[in-house]
Amino acid sequence: MKTRSPQLMRIFLLMFFLPGTILAQDDLLAELERESTPETEYTFATFKSTRLGNGHTIETKAAGALEFIFGHRFGSMRGGAYEMFGLDQAFVRLGLDYGITDKLSVGIGRNSFDKTMDGNLKYKALRQSKGVKNFPVSVTAFGSLAYKLSPKSNSSVSPDFQNTDRITYIGQLLIARKFSPGLSLQLMPTIVHKNYVESYEDNDQFALGMGGRIKLTPSIALTTEYYFNFNAPDNDTLLEDLKRYNSFTLGIDIETGGHVFQLLLTNAIGLNERAFITETQDNFFDGDIHLGFNVTRTFQLKKNK
Amino acid sequence: MSLSALFFSVIVLSFNSLLAQKFVAEKSSVSFYSSAPFENIDAKNTKSSAVFDSSSDEIAFSIPIKEFQFPKSLMQEHFNEKYLESEKYPKSTFSGKIIGFKGNVSGVQSVTAVGKLMIHGITRDVTIPGTIERLGEALIMKSQFIVKLEDYKIKIPQLMWKNIAEQVEVTVEFTFKPKQ
Repeated sequence: MKTRSPQLMRIFLLMFFLPGTILAQDDLLAELERESTPETEYTFATFKSTRLGNGHTIETKAAGALEFIFGHRFGSMRGGAYEMFGLDQAFVRLGLDYGITDKLSVGIGRNSFDKTMDGNLKYKALRQSKGVKNFPVSVTAFGSLAYKLSPKSNSSVSPDFQNTDRITYIGQLLIARKFSPGLSLQLMPTIVHKNYVESYEDNDQFALGMGGRIKLTPSIALTTEYYFNFNAPDNDTLLEDLKRYNSFTLGIDIETGGHVFQLLLTNAIGLNERAFITETQDNFFDGDIHLGFNVTRTFQLKKNK
Repeated sequence: MSLSALFFSVIVLSFNSLLAQKFVAEKSSVSFYSSAPFENIDAKNTKSSAVFDSSSDEIAFSIPIKEFQFPKSLMQEHFNEKYLESEKYPKSTFSGKIIGFKGNVSGVQSVTAVGKLMIHGITRDVTIPGTIERLGEALIMKSQFIVKLEDYKIKIPQLMWKNIAEQVEVTVEFTFKPKQ
């Protein structure tokens, strides 16, 4: 009996302590999870940059972040070695985008193509989310005004040409869904209103853009963007110099900390919506391809939160 | 004899349940710091949850990765998107045991936490030094330790050059109050 009792006690002790200790570790973590309040998870980083190719993505700069964006489009590669495959020619847009809030941003820029100044406002209206609130897509509203400085004198266009005729308004809805961390797709219904057009063009032109990105590595992504213009003039009735084509872009995004480098192949050389959606004069699929790049650098002007 | 054993265990059991007190973190702060040639990175998270069972000395905590606040918003986005992949691994957790804790001692005491630390979906056995201080009915736990990024398969792209250090110093501070 004397020898058995400690054993018995041990068994009893084991019975009371052991199950508790074994279960408790997992229980404690499970308990934490159970008691945590369910939340809405908003999708972030649908795209790496505020630009998909030539046009915009749903992304805006965060509050207090200023981005310097340097867009560059070379000449057509068709020029061959004599034109250094387009590198002898270049169109540049210098721009600044600033996040007023995490949802609202403002941007300005000047494009050497047609000497166009542009300003834009961008607002993240809806965000893709899951959890308590489920929403399938992110929607950003984009509005822009572009002012064409060229040609210098109004009278060289037509006798009654006014300064206001140099203005184009652009309205866009950017609708995107991040299907997975590696795949995001975007639709861009667009209206371009030009105050002045030539006889073969419409003042209001509707277009639908579509595009997306596939991430190859955490820092590198392939991108594509295509804008279909429903009100494009009929090319069959136009002279070769006036023919219009839909813009198409293939690109690669490379991100390094505060920089994003976007290398592009595109048929558009203008870097505002009026120019690349309605005035692209080269045909990508006929070999009129231009090399281009966007380089961005972000500066945090105000501390995050 | 078996009767006395039963009696004893009943006493132990009742004692056990009497002492069994759970503490939950009322305030939490998890921060990390890394120094690198180009820029130092520091981020702080005050949205963690933790529970401590003083009867078994078991502890668990859970850290929502998205809640780390960085001075630069872009850095925060990259931390979530590229390094910690918080869409895939939304939380970092620890579950284990505190060794060396004496419940009846007031003042600061040195303890060790032994258990499993999960970061970026990778779980590793760790031993973390720290202190516990009893202040009234509150327990304040503090700890500082080093996390090596490669231990948790957190990859730094070559393109980042030397912007990110290979290890970060993590500071944890929880203020526990008895669970109501």
